[in-house]
Amino acid sequence: MSLNKPILWNFYRGASWRVRIALAFKKIDYEYKSVNIDKGEQFTKEYENINPNNEIPTLQIDGFNLTQTMPIIEYLDETRPSEPKLIPVDSYLRCKARSIAEIVNSGMQPYQKVIKRLGKELGEEEKNARLELSTKKAFKAIESILAETSGKYCIGDSITIADIFLVPAVHAARLQKINLNHYPTISRITDRLDQLPEVIQTHPKKQVDFQQS
Amino acid sequence: PVLYNFHRGSSWRVRIALALKKIDYEYKAVNIDKGEQFTKEYEKINPNNEIPTLQIDGFSLMQTMPIIEYLDETRPYEPKLLPTDSYKRYKARSIAEIINSGMHPYQKTIKRLVNETQEEKYKKIELLTRKAFRTIESILSETSGQYCVGDCITIADIYLVPAVHSARFQKIDLNEYPNISRIIDHLNQLPEVIKTHPKNQIDYHQA
Repeated sequence: MSLNKPILWNFYRGASWRVRIALAFKKIDYEYKSVNIDKGEQFTKEYENINPNNEIPTLQIDGFNLTQTMPIIEYLDETRPSEPKLIPVDSYLRCKARSIAEIVNSGMQPYQKVIKRLGKELGEEEKNARLELSTKKAFKAIESILAETSGKYCIGDSITIADIFLVPAVHAARLQKINLNHYPTISRITDRLDQLPEVIQTHPKKQVDFQQS
Repeated sequence: PVLYNFHRGSSWRVRIALALKKIDYEYKAVNIDKGEQFTKEYEKINPNNEIPTLQIDGFSLMQTMPIIEYLDETRPYEPKLLPTDSYKRYKARSIAEIINSGMHPYQKTIKRLVNETQEEKYKKIELLTRKAFRTIESILSETSGQYCVGDCITIADIYLVPAVHSARFQKIDLNEYPNISRIIDHLNQLPEVIKTHPKNQIDYHQA
């Protein structure tokens, strides 16, 4: 094992996929270390030394331990400024790319994590109804932004952080069996993204720790 | 510029950033207690039915992190809200994100849930605050000077102010977090923090 090879502590499911995609686009080879959150492995003393917040993913790179998917991806893009530029050059487009990502990052995903955790108390029907509402709210907003900014991808014709956040969000929506026909731009862009090797190779089902739920 | 916002909540972050960058703006109140974010009129401005929205430079900007990054990039004079060094930029952003996507949205969701007692809700909310503060305190022991990251104010400080304010009714002793405590005492003296405080806004009313 190379001393300098980055290490990604992550799980096949969830927000970790975003960082795997970013690493793939930046052609950064890394060691995959699985932290099984179904078994609470994020709470072991070993992992806590790496990430005192007991969360995944953590990316060990350049001698640092990085957490939080948005700052990790911004760090990768700034320190590896090779194409694709995950954050656009133009200030307004940078803001748009980040807003799309944040609608998912701080809007949809945390809300859904709470709802899922309360699953038993809410009941299956109520839980699914709320998950669907929250996805629709986020996708309505993103679809509206994309009407202005999209080309082949979310922002023009280059992959950005917006696409990276969209992929796992749409994947989750499909698992929830939400009808995406109301979001034609999201559908079109995701269909294209799903063909990319960087998205295929980082897909949950291709990871070493994948298991059927 | 026009800032659609409310005296309470995450809007304060953007008000502080605008004040630090000395950007004058028109304050438009969107009363979220009355559901004004769901009016057709406001939806045209922000299709996500959320506040704040900042109209500036002919654009409509949403989401507090991207808004503040935009302001810093387009107004690159002091104070630089993002440090220059890549690792320090990362640290400033991660402190902000612990609050932005780690603490605040979870707490908002729990408050809204109807199936739990107030006591149960507040227990969960307090746990989330402690978790966030513990993590931030640990980062600050590495990064802080006068402020969260070194001796200049950054996006991390901007996020810290409303986060600590929102925890004021929780049974949390800030002395358990000496770096947070020290930095907040300093931040709370700044004119940019005082004038943008919820109680000093035109739409302020006791909850």
